[in-house]
This record gives sequence, C-alpha cells and structure tokens, in this order.
Amino acid sequence: MGAVAEVTRGGERARPAPPERRRRSVGGVVAVVALAVCAVVFTYPLLWMALASLKPRSEVFEGSLWPSTFVWRNYVTVFQEIPLLTWLLNTFAVAAAAAVAVTISSALVAFAFAFLRFPGRDLLFGLVLATMMLPAAVTLIPTYAIWDALGLTGTQIPLWAGNLFGSAFYIFLLRQFFLTLPPDLLDAGRVDGLGHLGLFRHVVLPLSRPALVISVVFELKASWTDLLKPLVYLQEPHLFTLPRGLKVVLDRFGQGGEMRWDLVLAANVLATLPMVALFFAAQRYFVRGIATTGGR
Amino acid sequence: MTPGTPAGRAGQHRAGQDRAGRDRAGQGRARQDRARHRRSPAWSSPARRSATRRAEARAALGFLSPWLVGFVVFTAGPLLASLWLSFTSYDAISEPRWVGADNYRELAADPLVLKSLGNTVYYTVLHVPLSMALALGLALLLVAARRWGPFFRTVLYVPAVTPPVAVGVLFLLLLNGQTGLVNRALRLVGIDGPQWTSDPAWIKPGIVLLSLWSFGTTLVIYYAALQEVPGHLYEAARLDGANAWQRFRHVTLPMISGALFFTLVVNTIASLQMFAEVYTMYFGTAHTSAGAEEGLFYVVYLFRQAFEFLDMGYASALAWLLFLVILLVTLVQVRLSRRFVHYEGRR
Repeated sequence: MGAVAEVTRGGERARPAPPERRRRSVGGVVAVVALAVCAVVFTYPLLWMALASLKPRSEVFEGSLWPSTFVWRNYVTVFQEIPLLTWLLNTFAVAAAAAVAVTISSALVAFAFAFLRFPGRDLLFGLVLATMMLPAAVTLIPTYAIWDALGLTGTQIPLWAGNLFGSAFYIFLLRQFFLTLPPDLLDAGRVDGLGHLGLFRHVVLPLSRPALVISVVFELKASWTDLLKPLVYLQEPHLFTLPRGLKVVLDRFGQGGEMRWDLVLAANVLATLPMVALFFAAQRYFVRGIATTGGR
Repeated sequence: MTPGTPAGRAGQHRAGQDRAGRDRAGQGRARQDRARHRRSPAWSSPARRSATRRAEARAALGFLSPWLVGFVVFTAGPLLASLWLSFTSYDAISEPRWVGADNYRELAADPLVLKSLGNTVYYTVLHVPLSMALALGLALLLVAARRWGPFFRTVLYVPAVTPPVAVGVLFLLLLNGQTGLVNRALRLVGIDGPQWTSDPAWIKPGIVLLSLWSFGTTLVIYYAALQEVPGHLYEAARLDGANAWQRFRHVTLPMISGALFFTLVVNTIASLQMFAEVYTMYFGTAHTSAGAEEGLFYVVYLFRQAFEFLDMGYASALAWLLFLVILLVTLVQVRLSRRFVHYEGRR
C-alpha cells in the first residue's frame, strides 16, 4: 500500500511541500528495504547452488550455505566424468548459429515490412504476428518428419537451421526499431544511388545495431536454454547441448543414480553461468527488448 | 584508418564515392528523388509510377522470401500436416496409414489425456494470476524505490536467465521434503512443510512455486509500463480527491492494462505448454510414480507419445486438441480485453 501511494506521487517533482516530501522519502526507504528482502529471497537459490557445488559430497544436503571446505576438485571431476567441455562448445556453436541466422533473416523481412510498399502488406504482417501465438508443439511432429526425410535427424542442424527463415518475434522487434529510423537518412542513401539491398546493408543495418544486438542476445539465450529440440533430435552424447546433457547427468548422477549431487550442481552452475554473464554484459539490451515487445 | 591496407583503401574509396554522390545530386535532384518516394504527381507519370511500384513489390518479395518459405515449409505446412497425421497411424518409420477418427476416439477415452490436461490447467490457473500479481507488486515497489529501481530490476531478473533444466535440477533439491531450503525456511516460522516432490497432493503446488521464481520478464514489462504513465494524471486524480487506492484503481490499472493484457495472453499460452522443468524433475530414466502422475503435463504427455512411444498419429491428435484449446482461450481473452483494456489515443 505504501508502494502504491509512492507510485501515485510520480509527477509532482516541482512542488516544494515539506511534509509530503518526508512521507515520500519514508515510502521510498520502505520500498528499498522491501526490495532488498525480495532480492535476497530470489537470488539465494542461485547463491546456494553455486556454493553447494563446492561442498564435499556429504554436505550438499546440509542446511549451511557456506561449505566447511571448498572442494574445487568437484569442477575437475565433473569435466573428467562428463563430456562437459564438448557440450559447452556444442551449445555455443548451436546458439551462435541460431542467433546469427535468425537475426539476419528476420532483419531482411523486417526491412520489407518497414520500408517497402507492396500489396497486402498489413495483412501479411498480421499473419507474421499470428504465428507468434502458434504453439510450437503443434508443428513439432511434421517438422521432425521434414528433417527426418532430409536425413538430418541425429545432427545439430535442426536445432538452428529453421532460424534461417526468420522468426515472428524478431521480425516484429526489428520492424518496430526500423520504423524509428529518421527517414532523411534513408533518403540520403537513395540519393547516393543505393538500391534496396544497399540501403539495407549500408544504412539500415549500421544504424540498427542496438536492435540487432537485442535479437542476437535473445536468441542466444533461447537456444542455450532449450531442452525440447535437443531432446527430439539428438541421441548421441557427443552431439548434446548443455540442457540435454544436464538431464542425462541428473538421471545418472542425481536422483535414482549415484547420488553425486555435488557433480550435478557443478554441471548446473556451468550451464547457468554463461547466461548470467551474458545478461550482465547485455543488460540494457535485455531490458529494452522485453519492454519493446511488452509495450505494444 | 591505415592507408595502404586493403580495408583502409576500401573505406576511403567508399567515403569518396559517398561525397561524390552527394555533390552530383544537387538540390534539384535530391528534391526530385524525395518527391518520387512521397508519390508526388508532379514528377512522374502514372505509368512510370506504377512501374516503380512493381519494382518495389518485386524487391519486397525478395526481402520477404526467407519468411515466406519458412511460413509455408515450417508453419502452415506442418500445421496442416499434423491435422492430417492426426487421422493416421504413424510411427515415423513406415508410411502413415489412414485410420479415420480412431485417434480422437482413443483420445476421448484416455484417462491420461484428462489427467494431463487437468494438471496443465491447474498449473496455468495458479501460475498466471500469481506471477502477474507478484510482478505487479514488485514493479510498484521498483517505481517507489526511484533511482534504486533499475538496480533491483536487474537483480530480480537474474533467475529468469537460468536454463529451465537447471531450474528443474535446483528445485528438486530446494523442494526436497527433508533437506530442502523451502521447508527449512518454513520450519523457521514454525510450519512443517509438505513433501513437495513425492506427495501427490503437493507436486503441482511445488511446480507453481518453481514457476514464480523466474517471473523477471513480466516484471520488466510492468516496470516499463508504469514508468510511462504520465504524472499529470495522478495530479489530476489527487485534485479530484482520489485516495491512493482510487488512484491505483482508476489511473494506474487502466494505463497499464495493455501490458497486463499482453502478459496475460503470452503467459497463458506459455503455461499451457509447460515442458522443460517438469520433464527434468519427473521424467527421463529415473521417474517416480507420483511424479509420473501429477507431473504429467500436457506437452510432456504429447512428447512421450510422439518420441518415446513413437505413436505420432495419436500425438498429432493431442497437438491439435492443444491448438484448439489455446486458440479458444486466446480468443476469449481477446474478447474480454475489449472491455477492460484501455488504449491511450488509439481506440
């Protein structure tokens, strides 16, 4: 309730009213304290996971946050017992291919929707948006049949090649950004004799770097964390991506397995850490991308 | 720029060209050019204009081609193909065999369809409103915290970047009845927590709890929407004597109703397809009987039918049922939104 009262006081920066201001700052302090508590509650599981992965095997299930001794060897063992390095490299390669493919193809399509006139444009764009709502599970089986007919199941290609054809979410995101570009710059490009492809490459793309980064970062995350596709398409452990491998690690070393939760958690940390790093490196792009899509 | 290297030369070359181009195109030419793009009748004859239009449409076709091909091959085609497959018996090895409505008859009599659909709906009905309420409450706090808002937004978003499989693994431990952190925390306040991962009655509530942990995306959307609410509206409401609750109810909520509606639709669609976390926790080689019943979500069942039992015809029928359910739910939500969503300036 204090928070609500605070919010509602958004627009009165100019009025000097001492009692109001005191109440406002009290409300602000209450909000910060409440948020600090929530922040601890929400990040505690990650902190616990990171520290538990460094505990001696017998200690994982004990309540203490801090390990009695730091067993850095867990991270050596996990690389010896599990082909984790291969999985890390696989995941990175697949995610990079997925991100680059979806960004370039979606940018091409978004360029047409933003700058070119053609009959049925609005209708077609509506169709693009509609496909965003289509549940992936509905097209899963025929899509599998297509890759199977091409002899590509059991390879990593189906994990990213579909992205060569653009994706509604990114087309929408990039088009929104393209529409904010100053028309004069495009006109200048035309005056310089650039064709549509030239405008796309030499004017629109260089000016749209933030939106392109958003697209790359989002798809890196989506691909890195996906379980369903690797589960459907990959059978051989040397081709696994991390989520697929992590599930195997859980089944073999965790529940019903050897109960080596120290190793399971070390693998878990190694799968999560790159995403946390990516997020902190590209924070503002994450925030901007989410805000753009949510605000329509 | 280093002169002499190919890259440097190329760069200079292009810069030179640009300058030359700009010089060549004098004022008049530039005006003509701009006019052409604004479709000014003064410059071009109708025939000429329609030729430009056709060229532009042809170019558009080129730019659109990746999506057009993808739409036909990976969206519309599979959508129709799965409808057809749902009337066949298909194991991915031999050719599909037409069986009429058998799959749908089987589906209507299959208790696991009802069970998995029930589990999924139960989860959706709890997850969607709870995560929206949690996100809205914390977004209001973020606004109240002013310059601290962005910092806490970042911290609270971090769980959302954790891979779902890692979330599943983590919560198997956190929700453990004896040793998990959740029950330890409950014990601190004198509550004897349930066996979240083995008591059939508590498996789904446990999954809902898990799902609330990564609510960051919804939070970011609400925080952005709240910051766009113009302050003068609150000012006016206050002058009219509205109290804090009234201002929230009659200013804040209508002004962010677009964001609320968007998250409602998107989160509902996603919840109805919940897969990775539950599959990680309760399926695979070492699943428990309680988990296999209560953690059987609809897409998990669909996946198992298709890729573990290779009954792809039946799984296609399941897929189409899901498609219809999601379509229906979304249409109802859109219909309701016409009454509740306030679109500033674009009615």
